[in-house]
Amino acid sequence: MKHVNEYRDPEVARELAARIADQSRTPARFMELCGTHTMALARHGLHQMLPGTVEMISGPGCPVCVTATEEIDRAVKLARSEGVTVATFGDLVRVPGSASSLAVERAGGASVAVVYSPLDAVELAKKEPEQQVVFLGIGFETTAPTVAAALMTAGSQSVENFSVLSMHKLLPPALAALLDGPDLGLDGFLCPGHVTTVIGTSCYEPVASQHGFPCVVTGFEPADVLAGILMLVQQVEQGRSQVEIQYTRAVRPEGNPQAVALMERYFKPCDAPWRGLGPIPLSGLAIREEFAHLDASRRFDTEVPPATDHPGCKCGDVLRGLMRPPECSLFDTVCTPTAPLGPCMVSAEGTCAAWYKYRREA
Amino acid sequence: MGQDRILLDHGAGGKASADLVAEVFARHLGNPILNDLDDAAVLEAPPGRLAVSTDSFVVDPIFFPGGDIGSLAVHGTVNDVAMRGAKPLYLTAGFVLEEGLAVADLERIVASMARAATEAGVAIIAGDTKVVGRGQADKVFINTTGIGLIPDGLQIGAHRAAPGDAVLVSGTMGDHGVTIMATREGLGLEAPLSSDSASLNGLTSALIEACPGLKTLRDPTRGGLATALNEIATASGVALELNEEAIPMDPAVAGVCELLGLDPLFLANEGKLICIVEDTQADTALAVMREHPLGQNAALIGSCGAEPQGRVWLNTAVGGRRVLDMLSGEPLPRIC
Repeated sequence: MKHVNEYRDPEVARELAARIADQSRTPARFMELCGTHTMALARHGLHQMLPGTVEMISGPGCPVCVTATEEIDRAVKLARSEGVTVATFGDLVRVPGSASSLAVERAGGASVAVVYSPLDAVELAKKEPEQQVVFLGIGFETTAPTVAAALMTAGSQSVENFSVLSMHKLLPPALAALLDGPDLGLDGFLCPGHVTTVIGTSCYEPVASQHGFPCVVTGFEPADVLAGILMLVQQVEQGRSQVEIQYTRAVRPEGNPQAVALMERYFKPCDAPWRGLGPIPLSGLAIREEFAHLDASRRFDTEVPPATDHPGCKCGDVLRGLMRPPECSLFDTVCTPTAPLGPCMVSAEGTCAAWYKYRREA
Repeated sequence: MGQDRILLDHGAGGKASADLVAEVFARHLGNPILNDLDDAAVLEAPPGRLAVSTDSFVVDPIFFPGGDIGSLAVHGTVNDVAMRGAKPLYLTAGFVLEEGLAVADLERIVASMARAATEAGVAIIAGDTKVVGRGQADKVFINTTGIGLIPDGLQIGAHRAAPGDAVLVSGTMGDHGVTIMATREGLGLEAPLSSDSASLNGLTSALIEACPGLKTLRDPTRGGLATALNEIATASGVALELNEEAIPMDPAVAGVCELLGLDPLFLANEGKLICIVEDTQADTALAVMREHPLGQNAALIGSCGAEPQGRVWLNTAVGGRRVLDMLSGEPLPRIC
């Protein structure tokens, strides 16, 4: 905690906020790509510390939020299968699919276990050898190596009743899709510290050099976030568009080659559906053929009919930064954290949940 | 009883039930009123107003650092009665036991209830036991109902906070919730965590005596400080403004919350209270609490304003400001 507290020092934060206000002349709109940034901004009330010239909007960086409805439908189908325990991070349990959710299935008798790490799911499989334990692999390049480690453990210990349903997503293709889509009126990106720790900074180079957007890889404590925003403001004011690292205590430009190697040993890129962004080529991770015995999509029938979303749900627009949560007619009327209709309201890191919890009437 | 485990017989009302009552319940909890063992306890009715509260306890695990389901079932209900300003006098206790529960575990729980009741100065005057088949309940569930006497003329409630009042808490937030969660999930953390489970009637009576301007007492249990304050803001029609830096936190609890992504302001406490007093008596209330063993970390954490009604604001430690909402979304089940 002592280490963390240095980055929560009110004096440091106020000083950074004052420098942002002092140096920001041109109105600028920055997108935070990561759900953890969305939460840090909201939880520490940082929006209130920024001058009127700086607007932060959320991007498609909450792993639960971008999990497609059809992927939830697959997980629901697995949960309904006899002898299957679905093991998952807690956030995913309440995300609505087309007609059900894992929470609803659990209430109806399905076996759904919440775990804190993929390795816990391997342990669960060892403890319950008569059950098939399927771990739902979600998340970006940050979590994929830990799931690869679980696959490695299950393989080396011959845990035959363990498998993974991979719904992992890759950040760079989503960023590319975002840049190729409609003009978002952005002036820069606050890039995720954790993902970049793994994949390195090279994926942001074309964003800065070809598309002309400042990119600052930023940590997650309040002083980190404010320092990252200050660096973005400085690039805008100086007419620069470069890749810079604020989060130098964790991120190296080359990333973490060991983690990437582990991920690439078990997974290969595949086309993937994104909530809000639709299908994006080579934006997901599939388990390689040689580990087919650990791949739930091969071991079980996970085919589902085409998914249907709530017709009024605007999570897609929210995820692309086209709309702010209160502009959605469902927000705080029929869609609330207790009865979420869309994924942005379910996940603790979702843009709508953060707005509901921290920014209503703020 | 000659049995190591609870059998369905123990709840059937026959000889085995009578043995269980005599050898476990009456032995530990016995007092002149309970010892009648008749269909209903008979009490002298004191003059004045009574406060009555009932609560069911299903905490998992039943034994945890800092307490167990038995002591918690006493503390929880004693505290609910005390938060209306009442002096808790009596408790009733209803047990639902799962077939197969170790009799030694039950005895440990009942002995713990007896100690907690003695410490709180309450008598357990009526009880009931049912046994259900294996898998139809989880080890033991306990319901307690508490009865307390409200001193003449005293008006304390969640609806009484007014603009200008001071908001205090009696100590660190989130200890119970984090302890249960870490114990239950077997997280293997080495942090020194312990539930704060305790009866607060000693603390409340000291506050009532010292602060005539006491408006509201509330124990922030399920949903934590954030939820309790939102309930007070709504019931009183006031806005509450808190300073995050002033809210007492145990460093171990803060560390575990950081690790697990939990917000300690939404986690349960079982031995802490929120106290709202007229501004002029804030220092007195703070001093009274800090003198009490259960209030040593008491702090002034904020104040009541007028608008917007029903909202709680948090001035964050880094200098930002945001809404502090009620708990919503995924709760942590079976923490009490």
